[in-house]
Amino acid sequence: MPVLIFADQADGQIKKTSFEALTYGAKVAEQLGTTAEALVFGTIDSDLTTLGKYGIKQVHHVADATLNLVDAQVYAKAIAEAVKTTNATVLIFTHNNTARAVAPRVAARLKAGYVPAATALPETENGFVVKKTVFSGKAFANVSINSDIKIISLNPNAYKTEAGEGIAEVVTLDIPVESSKIKVTATEKVTGEVPLGEATLVVSGGRGLKGPENWGMVEDLAQALGAATACSRPVADSDWRPHHEHVGQTGVAIAPNLYIALGISGAIQHLAGVNRSKVIVVINKDSEAPFFKAADYGIVGDVFDIVPKMTAAVKKMKGIA
Amino acid sequence: MKILVCISKTPDTTAKIAFKNGNTQFDETGVQWIINPYDEWYALVRAIELKEKDPATIIHLVHVGAADSDPIIRKALALGGDEAIRINGDSKHDSFYIASQIAEVAKAGSYDLIFTGKETIDFNGSAVGGMVAELLDLPYISLAAKLEVNNNTANVTREIEGGEEMNEVAFPVVISCQKGMAEARIPNMRGIMAARTKPLKVVEPVAIEALTTIASFELPPAKAGVKLVSADNVDELIRLLHEEAKVI
Ligand SMILES: Cc1cc2nc3c(=O)[nH]c(=O)nc-3n(C[C@H](O)[C@H](O)[C@H](O)COP(=O)(O)OP(=O)(O)OC[C@H]3O[C@@H](n4cnc5c(N)ncnc54)[C@H](O)[C@@H]3O)c2cc1C
Ligand SMILES: Nc1ncnc2c1ncn2[C@@H]1O[C@H](COP(=O)(O)O)[C@@H](O)[C@H]1O
Repeated sequence: MPVLIFADQADGQIKKTSFEALTYGAKVAEQLGTTAEALVFGTIDSDLTTLGKYGIKQVHHVADATLNLVDAQVYAKAIAEAVKTTNATVLIFTHNNTARAVAPRVAARLKAGYVPAATALPETENGFVVKKTVFSGKAFANVSINSDIKIISLNPNAYKTEAGEGIAEVVTLDIPVESSKIKVTATEKVTGEVPLGEATLVVSGGRGLKGPENWGMVEDLAQALGAATACSRPVADSDWRPHHEHVGQTGVAIAPNLYIALGISGAIQHLAGVNRSKVIVVINKDSEAPFFKAADYGIVGDVFDIVPKMTAAVKKMKGIA
Repeated sequence: MKILVCISKTPDTTAKIAFKNGNTQFDETGVQWIINPYDEWYALVRAIELKEKDPATIIHLVHVGAADSDPIIRKALALGGDEAIRINGDSKHDSFYIASQIAEVAKAGSYDLIFTGKETIDFNGSAVGGMVAELLDLPYISLAAKLEVNNNTANVTREIEGGEEMNEVAFPVVISCQKGMAEARIPNMRGIMAARTKPLKVVEPVAIEALTTIASFELPPAKAGVKLVSADNVDELIRLLHEEAKVI
């Protein structure tokens, strides 16, 4: 009765956040004294045996090209079948847009208790209790799963990938895949940049930047760091920046290792989306800005003065001229 | 066209988060309750916009919760919607329990569109909509940012991993709504008056075993406090991030 980890792919490659879920799943399996197996859907261009590095014994691959598009209904049926076929008792997802679509359906289908947005390994000594974020990152709940099959969706950046030695056995899983009732008429990929939800470093700008024309220096800093860019809600609402960059209570919730807030006041609704960041740096000209209370490091100063200096200092540190 | 909008109740976004009874319960003292922003701003308002285009549209609201949710339901009715159904169950969050209750009402009402919010801002589940769809065996479009309807077909733009996807699907369908779907609005006096007389039906829940229970809550450890670096010494900040925090 293995732990089964659904490993997401993008363009034929297993996603980086899936490595976190695979590592996590292997740890859960170890805790339960069982093996960790992975489930992969669609056309794959990479060597799946390498998932063994994360502690995976077996990879079940359903290669049906229908699965290159994520339809929640089609996916849920196939994943539920895979759970039955493999006799898995724990199913793990990465809490991304795919899991948001699919995992609850699988849970309802299997009548399995589901904990989304998990942040830590389950307590399995006494029952099965999973910690998750609640109140938009302002607190955690320890949720006990009462059903035989348990489903967890692990927050990105909540568990560290560990790669060791190991080669997984890849088997083709032969399960029926239905056709979709949804017609996909177009797809638009955000290319080139690190997706915000997966970024480990994020540089974010607020109204203190004054206007979209001033984002060049934000992007320069982000580029020097290899960071993704984000913004506060009024910035996206004023169309200074694209909507997918809006973080906070009503935007994307992120948990990078480093969040740099430039000219953002730190309203509670903004903090709700970023307070799980490991380290927060705030640059604000107002020493009374609420964000300083949530920050680890800060400079009271003018972004137009500080940000170019930060970029220069990062480049110097990295030895980039 | 018949639309069902799932409305949940959450603490105001500025509410102080504290727990009681040995951290097993949310402390509601002094908390203002609001309609979950995703349900109000995006799901409900989009439904209202569709009704404004096609007045024959019927909008029902559904909420799972006790009588103390009625003010929130009235507020939603003040924005729009023809009637509300409150399922007199426990709104404490087992998503499967809540979804099963909603699915019962949905079955009885034969809706073309069922809207939920992207997630509740207190439980952060993103779960109920998908579960409702599965229980009804309907297609589910998650994280919708745009929706147009015509001829019993929904054209939806939804957020997927790494981008957006345009979907076309025949009614009935369950859709979870997020930013982009509609422009937030505030209730006007006429709406508030009208809401008083709109039907708010109360139905009893069906017996459903909760699949999860919240054992306890925790607050995150307090931050040690900010380390301020002088504006004249930006290099020092970068050094600290590199050598002390080890994040770059
Ligand atoms: C229900 C609800 C949900 C919300 N959801 C979100 C959300 O998801 N995300 C979000 O961000 N907001 C959200 N908000 C809005 C939130 O309350 C704040 O209004 C918003 O975050 C403020 O954005 P800001 O910090 O960019 O702008 P401001 O509050 O205007 O702050 C600008 C800051 O820049 C500083 N500044 C100005 N010039 C300079 C300079 N030259 N150098 C350095 N610093 C400078 C100022 O001191 C100030 O602190 C929500 C609000 C509500 C009611
Ligand atoms: N108690 C409830 N009553 C009605 N709808 C709800 C309830 N709880 C959640 N929902 C709906 O389901 C969506 C997702 O909730 P959640 O899965 O808790 O994040 C919400 O945005 C609501 O539209």
